[in-house]
Amino acid sequence: MARRFSLGQRVAAGRLAWWLAGGLLVASIAWPALVYGQRSSQPDYGEPIRTINELIRRTWQDYGLRPSGPATDGEWCRRVFLDVLGRVPTVNELQEFTRDRSPDKKLRLVNKLLHDDRYTEEYARNWTTIWTNILIGRTGGTERNSLTNREGMQKYLRDSFAANKPYDRMVYELVTATGSTAPGTPNFNGATNFLADKVNQDNATLATAATARIFLGLQVQCTQCHNHPFNDWKQQKFWEFNAFFRQTRALRRTAPASETPPGLGTPSAGGVPAPSRQTAQYAELVDEDFPGENNDPSSAAIFYELRNATTSVAYPVFIDGTKIPESGYVSQVNRRKELARLMLQSEYLDKAIVNRYWGHFLGYGFTKPVDDLGPHNPPSHPELLDFLARQFREHSYDLKELIRWIVLSEPYGLSSRVTSGNESDDPLLGEPPKFSRFYVRQMQAEQLYESLITATQAGRQGSYEEQERRKNEWLRQFVTAFGNDEGEEATMFNGSIPQVLMMMNGELIRQALSLQPGSFLHQVVTSNDPPAKKINYLFQAGLARNATRTEIDIANKLLLARQGKVEEALQDIWWAILNSNEFILIH
Amino acid sequence: MWAAGYRVPKGMSRRHFLQHLAGASTMAAAALSLGHTLRVHAADLQKRRKAAILLWMSGGPPTIDMWDLKPGAPTGGPFRPISTSGDVQICEHLPMMAKVMHHLAIVRSMSTREADHNRGRYYMHTGYAPNPNIEHPSYGAVIAHELIDQRPELEIPPFISIGGGSVGPGFLGMAWAPFTVDSNGRVRNLEMGVDERRLYQRLEALAVIESGFIQQNRGPAADDHRKVLQKTVSLLTSSQMAAFRVEQEPQAVRDRYGNTPFGRGCLMARRLVEVGVPFVEVDLGGWDLHSNTHSTLTNNLLPNLDRAMSALIEDLEVRGLLQDTVVLWMGEFGRTPRINANAGRDHWARSWSVVLGGSGIKGGIAVGQTNEDGTRVESEPYAAEDLMATVCKALGISLETTFTSRNGRPMKIANGGKVIHELFA
Repeated sequence: MARRFSLGQRVAAGRLAWWLAGGLLVASIAWPALVYGQRSSQPDYGEPIRTINELIRRTWQDYGLRPSGPATDGEWCRRVFLDVLGRVPTVNELQEFTRDRSPDKKLRLVNKLLHDDRYTEEYARNWTTIWTNILIGRTGGTERNSLTNREGMQKYLRDSFAANKPYDRMVYELVTATGSTAPGTPNFNGATNFLADKVNQDNATLATAATARIFLGLQVQCTQCHNHPFNDWKQQKFWEFNAFFRQTRALRRTAPASETPPGLGTPSAGGVPAPSRQTAQYAELVDEDFPGENNDPSSAAIFYELRNATTSVAYPVFIDGTKIPESGYVSQVNRRKELARLMLQSEYLDKAIVNRYWGHFLGYGFTKPVDDLGPHNPPSHPELLDFLARQFREHSYDLKELIRWIVLSEPYGLSSRVTSGNESDDPLLGEPPKFSRFYVRQMQAEQLYESLITATQAGRQGSYEEQERRKNEWLRQFVTAFGNDEGEEATMFNGSIPQVLMMMNGELIRQALSLQPGSFLHQVVTSNDPPAKKINYLFQAGLARNATRTEIDIANKLLLARQGKVEEALQDIWWAILNSNEFILIH
Repeated sequence: MWAAGYRVPKGMSRRHFLQHLAGASTMAAAALSLGHTLRVHAADLQKRRKAAILLWMSGGPPTIDMWDLKPGAPTGGPFRPISTSGDVQICEHLPMMAKVMHHLAIVRSMSTREADHNRGRYYMHTGYAPNPNIEHPSYGAVIAHELIDQRPELEIPPFISIGGGSVGPGFLGMAWAPFTVDSNGRVRNLEMGVDERRLYQRLEALAVIESGFIQQNRGPAADDHRKVLQKTVSLLTSSQMAAFRVEQEPQAVRDRYGNTPFGRGCLMARRLVEVGVPFVEVDLGGWDLHSNTHSTLTNNLLPNLDRAMSALIEDLEVRGLLQDTVVLWMGEFGRTPRINANAGRDHWARSWSVVLGGSGIKGGIAVGQTNEDGTRVESEPYAAEDLMATVCKALGISLETTFTSRNGRPMKIANGGKVIHELFA
């Protein structure tokens, strides 16, 4: 029976004594100060953060909630790095923050992440990843014959985020883009990739639904075929919105072999362009005169079918009822430019983006889902949503400002521990979120990947493109496309068994555990620090805190089980840290 | 692969680890409690082991061309009906199915409201219309949760989705999430890379970190991770993993099911039910036929479906499993009776069909009917919750079962649907 391992029993007494003498038993080592556990006070950051806090507190009062205490500095620092840069902080970065004694240390860290040159590339990479998934999904541009060029999309976004392009400018460019999808081809404009695969089929219904949902927070896909029972949108509105996209076509182009630029090839799975021997395919997004389904370009109409099989007619009309001239001639009316102009005037544009960003940082938006602001789905904090939307517009659509406000707000700084004073604040039970604590959520697959790379320096070699390619290959194992007319997809990176198996046994984890010279663990092993410090170093790298007593105890046992081989014991501890709930969760 | 050399012998290390993890949970508040209504003696469990297989037709199949033909009607399409071994007629391109229809019933009076893929998939899987404030558990999660007590010996996940496309466990938590595999049964990352002794030592260290975090009371995600970890370790070392390996079947059997992803998936489903998995879902996609509906059906979808599904029914019957296994065939909705300008059919939820049988469900019959062009249900209409109630009844799951959330909100199993009584003799 007793096959349970008892650590230490197998070790000869003399050998044990030697370890003790050598100070290898880490429990006997003096404790470094628990700086990661300290909590910094919340200074007054002025407007608009003051009003955000006030409006949030008002809800707490209304519902009799007492918020959780503030998060520890380590927790907060980890959170901010994950949400702003898409990865955990390194031990150096963590220590820099926790050792900072100034009262505005949080502000200083946020400013550094947003404005310091050394973080520009990582900031741009993270938001490029997030927005690529929003605009073309995790599978966009990865299938054969796709007109989307994933690299082109990413290049456009990377340039935009690196330059902190105002959000309204970005939306205008994405909605009106013309030119070629692939980097290195004539007339390249990466912004075309948002619509490249959404305009040709089914009369651009995908473009209609995606534009309304992503930028205006309006879910219209059901109203394509019928008036929706729970949605204010009517079928007529769908087709009037759709009419704005009907001048637009994506034309398939072929680049001759000699001119095939690097990175361009036949799209293949995972966004990895295969080198093409003869030709390379890409697309060009163009606006052409639209004759209308009535064949009268001066008044180009479209027809759609009601459920009772009768036909109705639609011209371009914006959601607020604003009409534009009916001409289908591009020289007279460029319908997409008109649409973008009207979108920029709409308050839905502002609300949709601040709601999306709030949801990104706090785990829940003011509506669920974040991209449904329709009248059937009232927001949890209408006043705050309006306020943030107005502020964002007044601050010239500066996304970095919006991020700064949110991460320095009081709710973002709260602990994720549930207390007796806020147990009832539980969105998982269908309650609208009150943000009286930080809601724990799982890292996205991309965050996990970048965190592992950061924490272990595995896979950091090679150019930006090579690194992205490796990441995409790895991500592919978790994504399934449903292959229907709405382009939906699902991820298996959701806390289920395949994900746990990957963390236990996957190639990336094996690299993270490597003891080869130059590897992360090798550096830790060969440092001059005493074992206790080495163990703490691993806990800081993975969990942004020091080890607890019990954790040191188990580390001790592992050391004995590994017969004093420190490197193997550290490997075991590191494996356990990376596989823990605390690592995979943002808390 | 799953490393025979690393299998844990009948020792304690694994159980020891599992106990460690189990201990951690006592600190975590149980978010939801569920009234188990099955309290049967262990001896009875084995022989009364119920299971269900969902054949999920992703994209929305044109049931008017398959199970409820309208020959001669303007909406009828080109297919002709044929007679079957039951008292029903079905499409001429399903000849093998025609021979097993005495085991199956067609419900021709499905009438639902969700004609969007996402919403339809959610609704048909859960019995609830999508609600932004709560995530409902899908068929597999509910049934696995209710039937798990019948199989203490099960070491692999109780809800397996072959080919993806299922819906998650909702408020039941990630421990009841579908375990998704492709039709080749490949499971990644089963190779442990270290000997089993060291793995369990690592796991003990992990249990310490894991339970420390759970005890900080930060919501259910932390404890859910522990439960999934527990299931993963159980699976990692289980001989039942062999059930995923359809290539171990004789060639003749594999040929009978067909060498297609769906054929292999159906065969895998039978193997999984055999080792005790209570719920298996097999996905067959490609039904979103907005254009060229009938040529795609004739050349591809119907032959594939016909071969694999009929093989599954036959095989379950021969092995004595059909009397305890519900097989349910459905998609998220049907397709428009009207044929559009692209020779296609669009989304249509108002009048369509599903097929089911096994575990005491009366075969060879059609329940309900539609009007002469298939645009309207003319008998009592049935919806997702009724279907789910029917499947639960066939599996011996009480419809009084109620999920109670922490704030006291009762959620009835199958959303209070009514059993389709014609299906029970």
